[in-house]
Amino acid sequence: MNTGLRAWALACVAALACVAGCARHSEAQGGTVVRFWAMGYEGEVVAQLLPEFERTHPGIKVRLQQQPWTAAHEKLLTAFAGNALPDVVPLGNTWIPEFAALGALEPLDARLKATPAVDVADYFEGAWDSGVIDGRTYAVPWYVETRVPYYRRDLLAKAGVTAPPKDWTTWRASMVALKRAAGADKYAVLLPLNEFEPLLNLAVQQPEPLLRDGGRFGNFRSASYKRTLAFYKSLFDEDLAPRVDNTRISNVWDEFGKGYFSYYISGPWNIAEFRKRLPPALADDWMTMPLPGPDGPGASIAGGTSFVIFKSARNKDAAWQLIAWLSEPAQQVRIHALTGDLPPRRSPWQTPALANDPYARAFRDQLERAVPAPKVPEWERIATEIRLVGEQVANDKMSVDVAAAEMDRRADAILEKRRWMLDHHTLPGAAP
Amino acid sequence: MKPSLAGWAFAAPALTVIALFFVLPVIAALGLSVTDFDIYALADQRNLRFVGLDNYIKLLGNPLFWKALGNTLYFVVAGVPLSIFVSLAAALLLHSKLARFKPVFRTALFAPVVTTVVAVAVIWRYLFHTRYGAANWGLSLVGIDPVDWFGDPRWAMPSIILFAVWKNFGYNMIIFLAGLQAIPEDLYEAARIDGASWWRQLVHVTLPMLGPVLLLVGILTMAGYFQLFAEPYVMTQGGPLQSTVSVLYLMYEEGFKWWNLGNASAVAFLLFLLMTATTSGLLWFARRRGAE
Repeated sequence: MNTGLRAWALACVAALACVAGCARHSEAQGGTVVRFWAMGYEGEVVAQLLPEFERTHPGIKVRLQQQPWTAAHEKLLTAFAGNALPDVVPLGNTWIPEFAALGALEPLDARLKATPAVDVADYFEGAWDSGVIDGRTYAVPWYVETRVPYYRRDLLAKAGVTAPPKDWTTWRASMVALKRAAGADKYAVLLPLNEFEPLLNLAVQQPEPLLRDGGRFGNFRSASYKRTLAFYKSLFDEDLAPRVDNTRISNVWDEFGKGYFSYYISGPWNIAEFRKRLPPALADDWMTMPLPGPDGPGASIAGGTSFVIFKSARNKDAAWQLIAWLSEPAQQVRIHALTGDLPPRRSPWQTPALANDPYARAFRDQLERAVPAPKVPEWERIATEIRLVGEQVANDKMSVDVAAAEMDRRADAILEKRRWMLDHHTLPGAAP
Repeated sequence: MKPSLAGWAFAAPALTVIALFFVLPVIAALGLSVTDFDIYALADQRNLRFVGLDNYIKLLGNPLFWKALGNTLYFVVAGVPLSIFVSLAAALLLHSKLARFKPVFRTALFAPVVTTVVAVAVIWRYLFHTRYGAANWGLSLVGIDPVDWFGDPRWAMPSIILFAVWKNFGYNMIIFLAGLQAIPEDLYEAARIDGASWWRQLVHVTLPMLGPVLLLVGILTMAGYFQLFAEPYVMTQGGPLQSTVSVLYLMYEEGFKWWNLGNASAVAFLLFLLMTATTSGLLWFARRRGAE
């Protein structure tokens, strides 16, 4: 190696060292650093709130990293495997049991007791309960999602339905009337076959749980689940719902506007979408309603995200301060204004922006009856099987009884490892 | 230094890289496939069980695996000949002395290969939309009822094959074009003097001379088509009714969606064995015909 080259290489090494060193230096200057990952649009929006947090909490710097939802789960698991998790993350509610089972989450009970501002009683029960596993609290809800039907007021009126139905019987009757008025090429309700949410939301309205024996086995052979499946199947059999998935509805908002379907079960984000995308002439012709249950207003799933602190966090006190601040009603109202996400606490709902929003009203009502999904790490996988078997049922490839037995078989196979770990007391993170 | 030692010394850097990034992962995957490695094992070593051949046995008893295998074979058996036929036809057209604007057409026909699959999938979904698509509109002009291209389990696989062939034929076309240009012109001259028609020239001059190229393209296309993944992933996500789930798609779901790395490794190994067997079969056949 000649001297010129050597000098150049040395300069490179020096420059690299400086970059690494300088970065560390600036971090140390700001005091405590909280590493915060946030996913999706909320991740972009929360950046606007953070300067105020840093102003009111001198000495704490928040380093925000935005992640896309599609890659978030993989990235978090990879980070866990590589011991590179951040300090605070709003986890998807169905992921909490998984990371709790991995032993990656910090229990928050002691901190909650010391922080009266995070008032547990103010939270919707279903949303709060999502973060409680085996009696320990691991998560504080940030925003909630639950699904309710959006419906076409004008088409319902035309079909002779004057008030939104409250139970399955009147709901189905209204669909039959809608279908009769709409004709062969239009439908009463859209239940996309590539989503598990519509079927699952109907299933959790039933009294019997979906899993039994502490999440050891599936409970899909119960009379409850069969009743749900039969109701679901009948909607397709009677041609009230088209046998399609989302990829084949080129534009849901457009088709809703055209009256291709009159009921559409979806989450709160669609309030903003429908406002933006439907033609002005239809502005008064759509509304939201609580999800009808088997015998009156029913439950639905409490989705959304909740803040967790990872066990590996470097400064848990600072991380908790960030969570407590973002959980204040004032910040929740701001997040709602910026994203349309619904606050998990009751007090922010009294602000005019939320209280006077007619479309949000059904969600406010529904949230009181929202329940968490079964809390086993395998849940998402079981939910996928619910969808796959549901698709077979909707296409008339399986009877309700066969499907219920098949669902139990699949769930039991997925839960095999969980049973083995419970028997050998090696389930990480579980209460001793 | 002995010559043999010098040889090893020169080959060592490359061999190290191959061992580190190719052989080692394969051995590790084989090891994984006899365990039930999953997220729990990640959290606590005590949750890792040695299961022997259980993953393989369960897989062979899983109807979805056979369905995925059937879909993949369907794709290979229908797609590979179709793809070779289309690319050979396109290459012959482009090679023809009568063809004009060759560079333009060459670029146009190669364009799908270099475009990302996600971008063209969006276009195809619109073209083949049941109610608004151009494909069904064209069919309606000749009085054929609309076809639910990607939504009907019977049509989903053929639609995916059509899409994949369109997406990939340009690559083989370029290889064929190079092969065609390498055939000496005097062979055709001699054939013409003997009074051979265009068809006879194709059968007795072009195809035999293209033999090795055909074999290469056949193996490359088959290996590629066995690894069907991107097309169903972006077009149908395995649906409807899991009619477009391929073996690789199954592996992706097991491994990356559900983190059952033990199971996913077993799927990968079965696919590997299948591909080795078919490629060896093809080579044996070619050797017997003397095409190699």
